[in-house]
Amino acid sequence: MSAHIRTSHAQADRLFLSGQSKIWYTLLGLAMVAAPMLLPPYYLSQIVFVLIYAIVGVAMNVLSGQAGQVSIGHAAFLAIGAYCAAVASKHGVPLPVYLLLAGVLTGLIGYLAGLPALRLHGIYLAIATLAFAFIVEEILARWESVTHGNEGLMLAKAQLFGRPLSDAGFYYLCLGVTVLVVLAAYNLTRSPTGRAFMAIRDSETAARSMGIDTAHFKTAAFAMSAGITGIAGVLYAHKLSFLSPEMFSIQVSIDFVMIIIIGGMLSLRGAVFGAIFMIMVDPLLIFLKDALPLASSAAMARFGLDGPVPQALHAGLLRVLNAPGLKSLIFGLIIILFIVFEPMGLDGRWQRFKAYLAQFPLYRPASARASRMFLKSERR
Amino acid sequence: MSYFKVEHLTVRFGGLTAVDDVSFDVDEGQVFTIIGPNGAGKTTLFNLISRLYQPTTGRIEFCGEDVTLLSAQEIAGRGIARTFQNIELFESASTLQNLLVGRHRHSTTRIWQDILRTPKARAEEIEHRRAVELVIDVLRLQRYRDQAIGSLPYGVRKVVEVARALCVGPSLLLLDEPSSGLNVEETDAMAEWILEINRRLKVTVLMVEHDMSLVNRVSDRVLALDAGKIMALGTAEEVQNHPDVIAAYLGT
Amino acid sequence: MIDFLQQLFSGVALGCVYGLIALGFVLIYKATEVVNFAQGEVMMIGAFLSYTFISTLGLNYWLGFAMCIVCMAIIGSLIERLVVRPILGYPQFSIVMATIGLGLVLRALAGIIWGTDDLRIETPFTGGVVKVGQLVLSSDSLSIIVATAVLCAVLYAFFRFTRLGIAMQATSQNMLAAYYMGIPVKRMFSLIWSLSAAVACAAGVLLAPITLIHANLGFLGIKAFPAAVLGGFGSIPGAVAGGIVIGIVESMSGFYLPEGFKDVAAYIVVLAVLLWRPQGMFGSNAIKKV
Repeated sequence: MSAHIRTSHAQADRLFLSGQSKIWYTLLGLAMVAAPMLLPPYYLSQIVFVLIYAIVGVAMNVLSGQAGQVSIGHAAFLAIGAYCAAVASKHGVPLPVYLLLAGVLTGLIGYLAGLPALRLHGIYLAIATLAFAFIVEEILARWESVTHGNEGLMLAKAQLFGRPLSDAGFYYLCLGVTVLVVLAAYNLTRSPTGRAFMAIRDSETAARSMGIDTAHFKTAAFAMSAGITGIAGVLYAHKLSFLSPEMFSIQVSIDFVMIIIIGGMLSLRGAVFGAIFMIMVDPLLIFLKDALPLASSAAMARFGLDGPVPQALHAGLLRVLNAPGLKSLIFGLIIILFIVFEPMGLDGRWQRFKAYLAQFPLYRPASARASRMFLKSERR
Repeated sequence: MSYFKVEHLTVRFGGLTAVDDVSFDVDEGQVFTIIGPNGAGKTTLFNLISRLYQPTTGRIEFCGEDVTLLSAQEIAGRGIARTFQNIELFESASTLQNLLVGRHRHSTTRIWQDILRTPKARAEEIEHRRAVELVIDVLRLQRYRDQAIGSLPYGVRKVVEVARALCVGPSLLLLDEPSSGLNVEETDAMAEWILEINRRLKVTVLMVEHDMSLVNRVSDRVLALDAGKIMALGTAEEVQNHPDVIAAYLGT
Repeated sequence: MIDFLQQLFSGVALGCVYGLIALGFVLIYKATEVVNFAQGEVMMIGAFLSYTFISTLGLNYWLGFAMCIVCMAIIGSLIERLVVRPILGYPQFSIVMATIGLGLVLRALAGIIWGTDDLRIETPFTGGVVKVGQLVLSSDSLSIIVATAVLCAVLYAFFRFTRLGIAMQATSQNMLAAYYMGIPVKRMFSLIWSLSAAVACAAGVLLAPITLIHANLGFLGIKAFPAAVLGGFGSIPGAVAGGIVIGIVESMSGFYLPEGFKDVAAYIVVLAVLLWRPQGMFGSNAIKKV
């Protein structure tokens, strides 16, 4: 609909590539700023979770989406950031200081973790990150002098300039951090560093032959990703006000991977979409648990379905909805369905939708199909 | 002092000697071609020179500097760029992005400068774009600029490989079978590119080739390799008329 | 000394279970380069099925065991058809995540179908012990070790001497060439998944008397990863060897080291091994040929 005709290199470099996107993002920005005044507290609270998850999503995008390094242990970095916040705030360290400190500390640990990871690829790297996460979880549980182990650790409300932050204040803090992180990551994608990441992801051999120091950039990716997650951990800790090691289990790491799988691995927008989706699942489930049985009973009454089969189906529905593992079931199905049917994630769907609107009525679905690689072995 | 020299280069993989005591030198501004049957060790030799493999013994010298122990990324920094026989492009990115990666050794910004997008980073980015556009002009890749590599035909991908290597700004360009998989027209075009790169851009070219017409057309000197050993070294005509080469490779 | 041997024994028994799960991983990985993160959950479903056959339906142990194996083999090939085949050719990361999703689904289904209580089955070995000198070896554990040995021997013979086994090896080494040789590659994949599921089922049924049957059995599958990695992901004897090493390490750390080490011992070991040998103990270091 709007053709990007560029007349100078500087133009291609701008933050907003077209007047149109500038308008949309400005509207979005205004809406986000106005949110605390317009939305009830429950929704605001959910949006804070979305923001925190979006920050982690960006971290996952930097490491896995851009640099192509697998990690199923990111909950460890969230935990380190969170406990950092707990310990620091207890000792009276100001929030801005320990926000940065957590990021730096987690980043350092991420860097150290990235060093041995240099020689690992694919499944070995995944398992190493898994092992790392388990070990960190265990350390947090055992280091009782600092973390109170499995008993848990309470946090005071976040304080800025000596006064506790209101809900709205905390929301703005999270919003600010999210915007900064997204901007930083976006700058990364259109810079030599981001391209180096992309090169490492697609072909390490070629990357090295182009002069890229793969070791340097891989550890940098780990460090950055960890640091960002650590900062998210600080916000997470203050949001929940209570920390215990089991809150950072392997399931949480898997949730983080899900953010980028659902959202689309290759884009930052995907990270945000994925975060929104992940947080929306819980309220959706609660809604379904009430609504579906009602709908089912209503349908049976309306169409006079009295027989044993409809009754059994209804009973089965109730049993599934009330099972404790329902969330796992839904998540598992979502992962599988997304990978099979939406390999490019929600962002891919969004791009296709925009292309459809732009090319209407000449749009062809085949122009956006993902390519499969049957012959190229992925053993590096 | 010769421009590029390989001395007694040998590499052994277990019991297999893939490259056996190979020595040759390349003068500045030449097009030097390596020919030989499959399995002769040509690509292995390339991989040794571009430092993806470690030689067992021997020496590689470039512009008077001993580069035998440098890593692959350092070699690029010295101005030696290569293409790959089986195309190692970055499949998920566009042509432009692939070419910009080639510019990596010219970027001086640190990571924090990239993240904050300092004025220096911005200026360098524009400079990179300008340099890449020059290469796009030379190789006529304008219409493929923003297309993802995965959607490009094979012939174009081969050209993008060469373009990316050119973006490194090399003084020595290693081309690994630039015409493999190309039809007659495309091979012709490739020959033209190679000559233009060599004569107009003043880049020394070291290449591996099978297509003898291409070899004859562009080469200043030819080396024939068989089972890791040198069979013949000289001009294209000399090598082609060498009895060993005819016996092992060309046939009558 | 006796304590040491006792711990060694139970470590070997546990290790055999890890080894069997790891074996399932490696079978699938060798053939299709897919890592099945749901292997532990497949084992769990096998254990639950054995409860249905042996306890609920009251079948004889051996008959129930056999039926279990058959059912799991069918389920394994169904998984391959429904979940894995549509995504063959996608990046490895996606396939791994899909199997993780599968694991979640299986675990939830187990909770829905069989409930959340711990279940137990009656086996001919329950309660029995074998005394060797001062050592007290539980029959359950012995049965695991013996069964693993038997299974390994059977699999070895299968892959070495039968046409089907050789066809499977061909498929795992070069899909395209196997296809050209007339080997029905897709059916081979189904069979490999069936075989892998059957092996996991056996592990589950053998393990059931020791740990009881519950939905968290799948987490043992996560422990089996270090085992497979130790052995180098492409090696079947390596998988079992790796499993036994992990089992022994866990058993020993549980006994000799302070609390908490038992749970992470496996992971510390795998990290240490990967640092030293990035391709595992028996794995081969594949370098990409350019």
